[in-house]
Amino acid sequence: MSEAKLHLTRDTLLGLLHQMTRVRRFEEKCDELYQVEKIRGFLHLAIGEEAISTAVMAALTAEDAVVATYREHGHALVRGVPMRAVMAEMYGKQEGVSRGRGGSMHLFSAAHRFYGGYAIVGGGLPLAGGLALADKMQHKSCVTACFFGEGAAAEGEFHETMNLAALWKLPILFVCENNLYAMGTRLDFSESQTDIHAKAQSYRMASESVDGMDVVAVDAAASRALAAIRAGDGPQFLECKTYRFRAHSMFDPQLYRTKAEVEEWKTRDPIPRLANWMREAGMLHDRDAEKIEAEVTAEVDDAVAFAEAGAWEPVETLTRDVTAEAAP
Amino acid sequence: MSEITYREACREAIRDALKRDPRVFLMGEDVGHYGGCYAVSKGLLDEFGPERIRDTPLSESGFTGLGIGAAMNGMRPIVEIMTVNFALLALDQIVNNAATIRHMSGGQFGVPLVIRMATGAGRQLAAQHSHSLEGWFAHIPGLKILAPATLEDARGMLWTALEDPDPVLIFEHVMLYGVAGTLAADAGPVPIDKAAVRRPGKDVSLITYGGSLPKALKAAEALAAEKIEAEVIDLRTLRPLDDATIMASLAKTRRAVIVDEDWRSGSLSAEISARIMEQAFWNLDAPVARVCSAEVPIPYPRHLEEAALPQVPAIVAAAKQVVG
Ligand SMILES: Cc1ncc(C[n+]2csc(CCOP(=O)(O)OP(=O)(O)O)c2C)c(N)n1
Repeated sequence: MSEAKLHLTRDTLLGLLHQMTRVRRFEEKCDELYQVEKIRGFLHLAIGEEAISTAVMAALTAEDAVVATYREHGHALVRGVPMRAVMAEMYGKQEGVSRGRGGSMHLFSAAHRFYGGYAIVGGGLPLAGGLALADKMQHKSCVTACFFGEGAAAEGEFHETMNLAALWKLPILFVCENNLYAMGTRLDFSESQTDIHAKAQSYRMASESVDGMDVVAVDAAASRALAAIRAGDGPQFLECKTYRFRAHSMFDPQLYRTKAEVEEWKTRDPIPRLANWMREAGMLHDRDAEKIEAEVTAEVDDAVAFAEAGAWEPVETLTRDVTAEAAP
Repeated sequence: MSEITYREACREAIRDALKRDPRVFLMGEDVGHYGGCYAVSKGLLDEFGPERIRDTPLSESGFTGLGIGAAMNGMRPIVEIMTVNFALLALDQIVNNAATIRHMSGGQFGVPLVIRMATGAGRQLAAQHSHSLEGWFAHIPGLKILAPATLEDARGMLWTALEDPDPVLIFEHVMLYGVAGTLAADAGPVPIDKAAVRRPGKDVSLITYGGSLPKALKAAEALAAEKIEAEVIDLRTLRPLDDATIMASLAKTRRAVIVDEDWRSGSLSAEISARIMEQAFWNLDAPVARVCSAEVPIPYPRHLEEAALPQVPAIVAAAKQVVG
């Protein structure tokens, strides 16, 4: 594991482990709930990729802004959006964080400056640039963290935003979660330059590629990048190499990759990886691990109970929230 | 006759086109290794190879533009866009290029391109994956817009579209892909310039297309039980509209209900209604009625999604109201 870990306290590491475990167990529960049709529509799990959202969120402050994709349950949870509200949203209940209207792909929480999950690939990037522009114009010191998959790097909106952000030195951290596949299309079937972080350099944007299965390495890289942004160096680009252990969404026979490849990547699972390292360093004992699991199980169960008890919005209010109640 | 799904009929159409014409190729996101986001192209990569079943990067504007260029230069591309919501990233290419090049070049160049895409709601995919925006495209001179609602049309429209010298957009409703039925063994190309009367009747015309056709047919069934004979018209082609078939039906029924999953404001249903006013006003016994989606982005929860979309009871109620 990376050297950076030496500087981290046991409490910090336990915190990271706790967050990754929360996200993992939450999503495993979602998978179960999907099978019994409590959750419908698309459901994109980030199982295997938790280290990235966990580490980047840990490096952000409450004033910073976040923009994510449809694979954003973990991002919302680690950002601090209550699990109850996220689970209720997965159900489509009105207690959900987006009042049920968005579902799994469209989690929004103004209180957490969580500007949403977007389901048009690349669609969140220009908007994230705009958040950063506004912060800059208002002389705020906040940063916008913008998450997207490597598939987005093929979209024009990616390139347009990269250029604008670099040109105008916007306070934005681009976080590419490179899990090698865009649905079923492997990176080398879709990119002439498969080294994604090199693309940032073509816009003269500082960029780094990091092992996205190593939460500490991502934490260190994100902290470095954020410090540079806050120092006025303009946007930074972080490519995190990772892998999605599950299907793209729920209906995906995964014809495009082998079981062996998936199994190989599972050996790099970020959660046991951190836990094992902490154990070897004497920082994690059985009772700590049990405590985390017990807390997380209780939290997930509570969130499910909350969502179950939630209400379906009455059909009478179907057309609310299309425009503001009282036009200015 | 063979038992077949709408999805398979679409696939047969593509396979047939690839076999008939070496200039034809399929290009789009995940059409190859993944097997197509709605599994339409499953198996075609193995059969035809990566030259003709081309996986593209996530670059809707880019690969649609490539399709336009290839079509102008001797090929007959079929571009697949996963859903109409993503086609918005390619609007520039479709509206500013594909639709205008023949005119701008004084007739020197044509764009014999076919773009297929999924449309519509019903799978709880929320507000960025569920809209019916085909009416927007039907606004644009230079484009032809098709909406196959039956197995025959899913199987037969593609080849005719490929033979067309101009860009043709084909909208496949997501709720139709799984519909199964029988298709004649010799089913083949069908005309793309005529609406079809799917059920004859004399009391009211239900004018619809695509994913709403099965609903209109169910409504007609329900109305029949109440001694109201509804005629169901499947538009099939949304641009150019087949006014003659619509007006001929109205001359008989004198009443119209338009059923469209798009919103009503500024829509295709508004256009049809206006044409009825212009061409058949004196034949009407009642104002034209419309059953469209509620004016709201499609919500995620099932009960709200259902409430937002045209449903059989609403069609029945509208028909009864115009019949009086
Ligand atoms: C503009 C657009 N085109 C296509 C899609 C369909 N789609 C949804 S996710 C996806 C793959 C995206 O891959 P990537 O950006 O790498 O993110 P990942 O899903 O791997 O997290 C595709 C093609 C979409 N949502 N938006």
